[in-house]
Amino acid sequence: MTKYSLLSLVRNAGRGHRDWREAWRSPEPKPSYDALIIGGGGHGLATAYYLASEHGLTNIAVLEKGWIGGGNTGRNTTIIRSNYLEDASSRLYDHAVDLWEGLSRELNFNVMFSQRGVMNLAHNEHDVRELRRRVHANQLNGVDAEWLWRDEVQAFCPVLNCDPAARYPILGATLQRRAGVARHDAVAWGYARGADRRGVDVVENCEVTGFIIRNGEVRGVETTRGEIRAPKIGVVTAGHSSVMATMAGLRLPIESHPLQALVSEPIKPILDTVVMSNAVHVYVSQSDKGELVIGAGADLYNSYAQRGSFPVIEETVRALVELFPFTSRLSMLRSWGGIVDICPDASPIISKTPVRGLYFNCGWGTGGFKATPGSGWVFAHTMARDEPHSLNAPFTIERFHSGALVAEHGAAAVAH
Amino acid sequence: MLLITCPWCGVREEHEFACGGEAHIVRPLDSHTLDDAEWADYVFMRRNPKGVQYERWVHNDGCRRWFNMARHTVSHEILAIYKVGEPKPEFEG
Repeated sequence: MTKYSLLSLVRNAGRGHRDWREAWRSPEPKPSYDALIIGGGGHGLATAYYLASEHGLTNIAVLEKGWIGGGNTGRNTTIIRSNYLEDASSRLYDHAVDLWEGLSRELNFNVMFSQRGVMNLAHNEHDVRELRRRVHANQLNGVDAEWLWRDEVQAFCPVLNCDPAARYPILGATLQRRAGVARHDAVAWGYARGADRRGVDVVENCEVTGFIIRNGEVRGVETTRGEIRAPKIGVVTAGHSSVMATMAGLRLPIESHPLQALVSEPIKPILDTVVMSNAVHVYVSQSDKGELVIGAGADLYNSYAQRGSFPVIEETVRALVELFPFTSRLSMLRSWGGIVDICPDASPIISKTPVRGLYFNCGWGTGGFKATPGSGWVFAHTMARDEPHSLNAPFTIERFHSGALVAEHGAAAVAH
Repeated sequence: MLLITCPWCGVREEHEFACGGEAHIVRPLDSHTLDDAEWADYVFMRRNPKGVQYERWVHNDGCRRWFNMARHTVSHEILAIYKVGEPKPEFEG
C-alpha cells in the first residue's frame, strides 16, 4: 500500500500517473469472519476502521450491496457541526468534530475538512429565543457557539439579504466557527483504504438477503455471494435499516424518507461559510469546484426511491432566491435524493438488540454525515466490548420503552 | 409529483395533501395490561416497508378530510385509495 505524500505525488507525476495502485483490494468474501459490518457507507467503513485500529479486530469484512460510498455518503451536503441542544447529543457530535480535526492525518487521505463556520439563521422572535437557548446550552456544554445579531450576520456573510424589509428578515444567527464541510467521497474512500490496509475485507456488490439466527444469537448472513458466518454483526444501512430489522425479526421506530439536494453551475468564490435556515428551509455552501451545494427538505411520505418530489425543490429554491438574491439567474446542474432513516426523536440508535451479537447503528436521519467518525468510533466500541461507550449509552433502542428520548428536532435542522 | 384522487374532491396535486403515516394501527384495548415494550411497539415501532405501504393522508388544502391509501414505496404507484373504515385491500409485496 502506497503512503500518500508529496514524494509519492512527485514520483508518480514523473511516470505520468500510470503506476497508482488501487486504494483498496476487491477480495472474495471468506466463509467466516470474527465480525461483519453490513453497509459500506461512511459510518460502516469507519466502524470497520476503528474495530481494526482501536480494538485489534482485523479478521472482519464490510459487506456493501452496491459500491463504496454510493448511498447517502455520496448524496449529502457535507455539513459538519455539533451545535445540538441536549447534553447527550452535544457530547456525541462534538466528539465527532474532535475526530474530524485529525482525520486527514490519521487516514493519510485528504478529506478536505474545512472549518469555515456554520450559521443557523433566525427569522422571527421565536427563532431568536430558540436559537439563543441552543447557543447557551452549547456554551454550558463546552461546544463552540456564538450569537450574532443582524449587523454581525451581514458583516460575516455580506451576500445574505439582511434588509429588514426582506421576505424572510434575518434577526440574527448562531455561528459555530469550528463547524464546516468535508469532501464526502474522500471520507468513504479514506476509511475504506485505512480499513483495507489493516486487513479488513471490503466486499462490494454483496447484498445481504437474510440473517442466520439460532437460539436468539446471530450466527451469520446469507448474501448474494453465499453464506458468511460471524458471531458479531453490525448493521449500518441507513435508509434500509427497517428492511434489515424485518429480516432479523425486529421492529424499529424508523421511517424512511427521501431528502433532496441540488447543485448550481460553478461560479467564482462568493460564499466562504455555510448558511442554514430552518424556518424557510434551505442550507447552502460553496464547493471547492465553485458550485453552490443546496440542501432541500425531506419529503413527508415514506419512500425508498432515492428521488424526491418537485414541490420540495421548488420551495427550497424559492427560499434560496429570497436569502441570496444573486442566485436568481443561476442555473442548477442537477438534483438528487437520498433515503434517510428518521427516528421519532430525531436522534440516532447506536445499540445492542434483543438478538445477541446483532447491533444496529441507524436513525441518523437528515444529519448523519457530520457524525461519521464519531459514529464509527462508538459503534466499534459497542461491538468489540458488547456494551455501549458512555457517549452512545443514551442512544439505545430501549429509550423508546423507557421514554428517555433525546429530542433534537430543532437542532436536526430539517423539518420532519 | 403525485396526483392524488381525494375520495371527496377528485384529482389534486400532491402539495394539497399531507401524509399521516402508517394506517391500520389499532390502539390496544387492554392498555392496562401492557408493559413498556408493548406500549413502545404501539406508539413508536413502524413497518416502514420497502414495497406496499398502507398509509393515512389528509386533504389539508381542500376538504381537510382523512382517507387511506395503498402506495408502493419504490415506484410511488398509488394502488388504491379508500375511505377510513373500509376494509384494507390486499396487494402483493
